[in-house]
Amino acid sequence: VYRLHGRYHEMAPNVVPMDYTKDPDVKLPMQLIINMPELKENPFKERIVESFSEDGEGTLSFNDFVDMFSVLSEMAPRELKAIYAFKIYDFNTDNFICKSDLEKTLNKLTREELTAEEITLVCEKVIEEADMDGDGKLGFADFENMISKAPDFLRYCFKKKI
Amino acid sequence: QKWMKFQRDFENFKTACIPWEMKIKEIESHFGSSVASYFIFLRWMYGINMILFGLTFGLVMVPEALMGKPYGSLPRKTVPRAEEASAMNFATLWDFSGFAQYSVLFYGYYNNQRTIGWLKFRMPLSYFLVGVGTIGYSFMIVIRTMARNANEEGGGDDTSFNFSWKMFTSWDYLIGNPETADNKFASITTSFKEAIVEEQESRKEENIHLTRFLRVLANFLALCTLAGSGYLIFFVVRRSQKFALEGLENYGWWERNEVNMVMSLLGMFCPTLFDVISSLENYHPRIALRWQLGRIFALFLGNLYTFIIALMDEINLKASYSLPFLEEEKIVKYNMTIWEASLYNGTIPENSTAPPIQVDPADVPRGPCWETMVGQEFVRLTVSDTMTTYITILIGDFLRAVFVRFFNYCWCWDLEYGFPSYSEFDISGNVLGLIFNQGMIWMGSFYAPCLPAINVFRLHTSMYLQCWAVMCCNVPQQRVFKASRSNNFYMAMLLFILFLSTLPAVYTIVSIPPSFDCGPFSGKTRMFEVISETLEHDFPSWFGKVFGYASNPGLILPFILLMVLSIYYLNATSKSYKEANLELKKKLQSVRNRGLLI
Repeated sequence: VYRLHGRYHEMAPNVVPMDYTKDPDVKLPMQLIINMPELKENPFKERIVESFSEDGEGTLSFNDFVDMFSVLSEMAPRELKAIYAFKIYDFNTDNFICKSDLEKTLNKLTREELTAEEITLVCEKVIEEADMDGDGKLGFADFENMISKAPDFLRYCFKKKI
Repeated sequence: QKWMKFQRDFENFKTACIPWEMKIKEIESHFGSSVASYFIFLRWMYGINMILFGLTFGLVMVPEALMGKPYGSLPRKTVPRAEEASAMNFATLWDFSGFAQYSVLFYGYYNNQRTIGWLKFRMPLSYFLVGVGTIGYSFMIVIRTMARNANEEGGGDDTSFNFSWKMFTSWDYLIGNPETADNKFASITTSFKEAIVEEQESRKEENIHLTRFLRVLANFLALCTLAGSGYLIFFVVRRSQKFALEGLENYGWWERNEVNMVMSLLGMFCPTLFDVISSLENYHPRIALRWQLGRIFALFLGNLYTFIIALMDEINLKASYSLPFLEEEKIVKYNMTIWEASLYNGTIPENSTAPPIQVDPADVPRGPCWETMVGQEFVRLTVSDTMTTYITILIGDFLRAVFVRFFNYCWCWDLEYGFPSYSEFDISGNVLGLIFNQGMIWMGSFYAPCLPAINVFRLHTSMYLQCWAVMCCNVPQQRVFKASRSNNFYMAMLLFILFLSTLPAVYTIVSIPPSFDCGPFSGKTRMFEVISETLEHDFPSWFGKVFGYASNPGLILPFILLMVLSIYYLNATSKSYKEANLELKKKLQSVRNRGLLI
């Protein structure tokens, strides 16, 4: 935790106090966080920060900061990672991953290199593959079901080292 | 915990040690797995050639260079007096005559002494065994790779959640480097495109009759092209024989090199023709690639076949004017005895008991040495093939890219989308070039031990040159498709070529007597006699007896029959295992769908 505090502090030394015993109310804005080297190249960096922030605006207090890195570490259990993964990919925060969320994810992943009809094809295929209850969008149960069978999830996703 | 970290670091280290892995991954992310599969194939060939090089260099060239008689001590090791003036010229060396010819690089240099040096190293035996061993090793390793790939293929391509996993789990969160991120984006995009192509192909509806008719028409056209090219080569070869009869001095450069030029031109234009024909057929790109490869393969085989017929015809022609080889050798031997006699200023001695007069080896008249000639031909062919490939890459790809990039501003139509545009990477042409090149090496390495060395050098430079050319001058194909996970198709072609190229060498070992004046087998009637000689001299006598019994045809034929039967049996059992595997997989799938398994 001390290392995390060190990183948190060095992002904005004039704002963050060294002493947390009095539990001050300090929050760091999103811009500083997404410039961290671990997150800089990640296409989902804004979503990651937003989903961990308490007020939903993207500012992280130190508690949120610690939460974020604990979920991203190797120690976190799979279910916890799956919950946060769902939050990250849910762009409009309606607790469902609908088609527009999928389109946004795809565009971020491929940096908009695919044509429009390729994008629609992929999104349709995803919904066709993973949607179990047939409502045209992915609820958390569908997502959990699909992710739990994926061999690569733990290997690539959500592993951070400080 | 520390143990897991150590294991992971070790895995990383092992991956970093594989040569060119980074380059190939980069190419894969930008161009797709089919282009990358060519480079993986190239790397694998490089490994084989390194081992062949190790064998020939370590067991044949080095012992002769270190322990054999040095240059100039024997007639066969010296440049003849007549050629000495031009022996050091660059032109002669480039042509592999002169000093290059009379060196460890070629068959003719080796002495037929049974043992050389203080180690009593058996040179002729080692030469023979290395020759046979390279072929045997190549067979083994090709078949082993095929078997391994066949195992992997039963993995099962259609997983559920294919697209979902690609979307949600493909980004590697540990990436912190912008270049790696670029590569990762490109590879994700390519992977999506490949999956999309697969999906589109499976959704395509076919008008069966029209497609079948078009495919039959395309095959007919391809056959016509092949027949046409075969006839053209035949016609040109006949013409060149006519020219040879009338004396080559009367004709200019084109007539002299007509055969080579026609073959190269055919090799350049026919594949493009096949490409156009294949657009009629409307296959899945992977299958279209296989048809293309098959057709170009047939084209090159036909060309090679006619070329070999031409060579044999020429040899027969020369032989019918001058006497055939055996006759020629007798005449040379006779001349040599007469020449020796002239040194003694007298009659031809019956038994030369007079003390040998010191003669400079360069002056001794020399017998013909067809093995070195053959070796030289192969080396020249390899070198010219390499040069052609490199120049084609430089001109065809690089200059074209430069032209399109810079002249686009001042040209009437848009060069980048219109006519020349950037070239795509020609997978089939390159793969076949590689395979045929390897066939040349296998054919020629018995006569010219330097061939694997030349090939190692060529593959090394070719890897760097082509990687650079691909990244810099080519654009990805319109439809990127996933290569079949095993390279079995390439392996099957390689095996076929290996078999074809070992036939000539085996034929010469078994039925043609070696030249009397050069090489490690001179003086014997057949090359494989070196083995029986070794058995007589070096092994205890009971061994020879046992071997004599074992090589009885009555024993060998049942043995061969037994091997054929065991191959059939193993094939049958492996088929039944595969079917059982498929059944189990289906059961697993249905149980999982029912939700009983998690």
